[in-house]
Amino acid sequence: MRDLQLEQLIAPVPELGLVAANGPADPAPELVVEDGVVTRLDGRSAAEFDIIDRFVVAHGIDIGVAAEAMAVDDLALARMLVDVDAPRSELVRLSRGLTPAKLARVIGLLDPVELMLALKKLRARRAPGNQAHVTNLKESPALLAADAAEAARRGFAELETTVGVARYAPLNAIALLVGSQTGRPGVMTQCAVEERRNLELAIRGLVTYAETLSVYGTEPVFVDGDDTPWSKAFLGAAYASRGVKVRFTSGTGSEALMGYAQGCSMLYLEARCLAVVRAAGSQGVQNGSISCVALVLSVPGGTRAILGENVLAAWLDLEVASGNDAIASHSEIRKTAKLMGQFLPGTDFVTSGYSVMPRHDNTFGGGNFDADDLDEWLTIQRDWQVDAGIEPVSEDELLRVRERAARAAQAVFAELGLPAISDEEVAVATSGYDAREMPDRDRAADVEAADELLARGVSGLDVALALDRRGFDDVSTAVLGMQRQRVAADYLQTAAVIDADGVVHSAVNDPNEYAGPGTGYRLEGERWALLQALPQVVAPTDLLGGAGADAEPIVSEGGVAAKGDEPVDVVVAVGPAFADVIRRTIGDLEHRAVLEAVCEGVRDGGGAPRLVRIRRVADVAFIAHDGARLSGSGVAIGLQSKGTAVIHRADLQPLDNLELFGMSPLYTLESYRAMGRNAAGYALGRRVGPVPTELDNFARAKLIVRTTLLHARETQAVVPGAEPVELELHA
Amino acid sequence: MAFDPKSDYPLGSRRPDLVATPRGTPLADVTLDAARAGALGAAEIRATPETLRLQAEVAREAGRAQLAESLERAAELAAVPDDLLLEVYTALRPRRATATELETWATRLEGYDAIRTAAFVREAATAYAARGLLAGG
Repeated sequence: MRDLQLEQLIAPVPELGLVAANGPADPAPELVVEDGVVTRLDGRSAAEFDIIDRFVVAHGIDIGVAAEAMAVDDLALARMLVDVDAPRSELVRLSRGLTPAKLARVIGLLDPVELMLALKKLRARRAPGNQAHVTNLKESPALLAADAAEAARRGFAELETTVGVARYAPLNAIALLVGSQTGRPGVMTQCAVEERRNLELAIRGLVTYAETLSVYGTEPVFVDGDDTPWSKAFLGAAYASRGVKVRFTSGTGSEALMGYAQGCSMLYLEARCLAVVRAAGSQGVQNGSISCVALVLSVPGGTRAILGENVLAAWLDLEVASGNDAIASHSEIRKTAKLMGQFLPGTDFVTSGYSVMPRHDNTFGGGNFDADDLDEWLTIQRDWQVDAGIEPVSEDELLRVRERAARAAQAVFAELGLPAISDEEVAVATSGYDAREMPDRDRAADVEAADELLARGVSGLDVALALDRRGFDDVSTAVLGMQRQRVAADYLQTAAVIDADGVVHSAVNDPNEYAGPGTGYRLEGERWALLQALPQVVAPTDLLGGAGADAEPIVSEGGVAAKGDEPVDVVVAVGPAFADVIRRTIGDLEHRAVLEAVCEGVRDGGGAPRLVRIRRVADVAFIAHDGARLSGSGVAIGLQSKGTAVIHRADLQPLDNLELFGMSPLYTLESYRAMGRNAAGYALGRRVGPVPTELDNFARAKLIVRTTLLHARETQAVVPGAEPVELELHA
Repeated sequence: MAFDPKSDYPLGSRRPDLVATPRGTPLADVTLDAARAGALGAAEIRATPETLRLQAEVAREAGRAQLAESLERAAELAAVPDDLLLEVYTALRPRRATATELETWATRLEGYDAIRTAAFVREAATAYAARGLLAGG
């Protein structure tokens, strides 16, 4: 059964909000302002405003630009979104006066390619980035630290953890803080827990940002989420008051999932959410359906709507961490197709949670893309020449940072009086695959210690000092560096990331200025060189399996080959590089063994084999045909260095043949013996049954590179116009 | 030197002279040495109202009015103790506080000169009353 059959596709059910965009009950865009007061918004009068409308009206609509913006035709706005000459600043200015229904309607006019171009234009920060999930089933701190270090080293700018058991929060936060700074100073870390607990961790500097301040598109769902736009906005300001960066979270499908979509489309309700996010003064949002992605993908146009909501968020001048974290589909093909909407244009964080560890250890119920997919993600970046925020790192370097991070965590736990991390935990965390290999910890002791740590008031500063006392100088400096960021508060600006030198790059000092080809962020130069250099990239010479310059010769060349006159003479014609600079076929058979097998076969068939080297061409048909014209029987077998073979006859056209053997990766020595026997059979005029053909449709994908390189090497050995020479195989 | 919200950002790199901790330690002195010597406590590791107001100016200059407003509220809340912060947040959640209680919270915030935030809380109270989101219905 194919993976796709494990999930459901449904026809839209608008009454339940199960429609991606342009829902039949979505209100028409509307804004009525009387004496500077909004009296009607998107189909409702002021008396009918719900808590979301009230908040958006109070803080989210710029009356000064509203009349102008709402008067712009929907299609005209849509065209501006894809016009490289329409500046981002102008689009943002107009967005300040647009209502949710208008925003949703305009986005609803764009097709996928248009949406991708719009996203590329509207991204807040110049360069794309990425965020990783770092969790494990045992909440093992050494493993959290090691995985955090790997994630940081691989270029993730933010790391998110969570808890299986709520009381583990401070320990997980500390493990992430220590591990991240070991991998790369400046990486931001969060621990997704209940709002109040989250704020406490932030106040202490055990986490350096927060993300899961969720908002919803209908009042009943918002209330079921135990918040209002006002409480969420206050919370955002509370984090900022402690110098901590925050983004809100929203996403299509949540209202339908929670039972109160009020008959509206997913995209329209998300537009309401984003209006709240901007109105609340958040610098950014995590959106793109997030946990509800599979629901949105069940209806037609779901992937398009999700891309649309990312575009909408960027249009509102918000930082965007664009989903791709919860599992979108069982089908690898389908979920990767969905990913391309954000991957190709680039967003501030292409995923809001790439599972840097194996999916089994992802306690978010995520792992849409995980540790096992890293090679493919990197290869796809290289295929497209697109930066999607992950860097290749050598195995040795990963092991180094993983071990160091686990050691640093061990040191901190010891200094802070927490239950010890053993040397065995460090060793397994360094090179193990997932938490199943980790030794069990005394969980009761851990949670007790965590409670006590909070009660004691342990802070990020204490973590820095602990590292300092144990000699982890660079990590302690980096941890302190993150605390300094909270004092300067630079990273509270829109779309901020922090580089390894502690310098903040945000939409303020590093804005996206894309305005068409030749502008904006382009993957080139040093960064492109880095992203191309995957560990599995092979030096082309390694693929040739050739002989060194001083290798022992296998064959000797004699004089110019003459036309034979024996009727049993069967020429075995080899290419210019055969058994010389190239000594193995693409199927890894030694040329000596191949020659012996062919000659054996010829003799078995009653022929007399004669070895000849054709020097003037590298093409197998011409090699064989030249050989046939020299042959006493008129029959020859031609062999290229890569192993391709042809049985030919002098009276045939060069590109015709008696038998062609093109699947060289599949041949064994027995195959070559059979070819020799058949050649003899043709020479002696017997009835010959052709050697059965086999097919491997993946042969090209696997071997086309080696084929190309081998053939290029053979072609290099061509001497134009050179006479063929007799060959003798050494014993 | 006057503050230029465009060219003086990031403050940490370009104008560290303008950044200090609540007790007045300059950013340049927020170091491991200071922490080791006991001159730096966890309560020092946060932005001051002054710093947050500068960041609000930066946001405003970049055209982000609501972000600037949030940073202004944050500047006010920087002076508010942790406990009070968490209590006000809880009171603003659905059906947690009566109109009177929210008014009391607003007044307490005003006691810390958190004028904008107090107004924000009062605004919430009015909206909650209209939508049945106060405690006791």
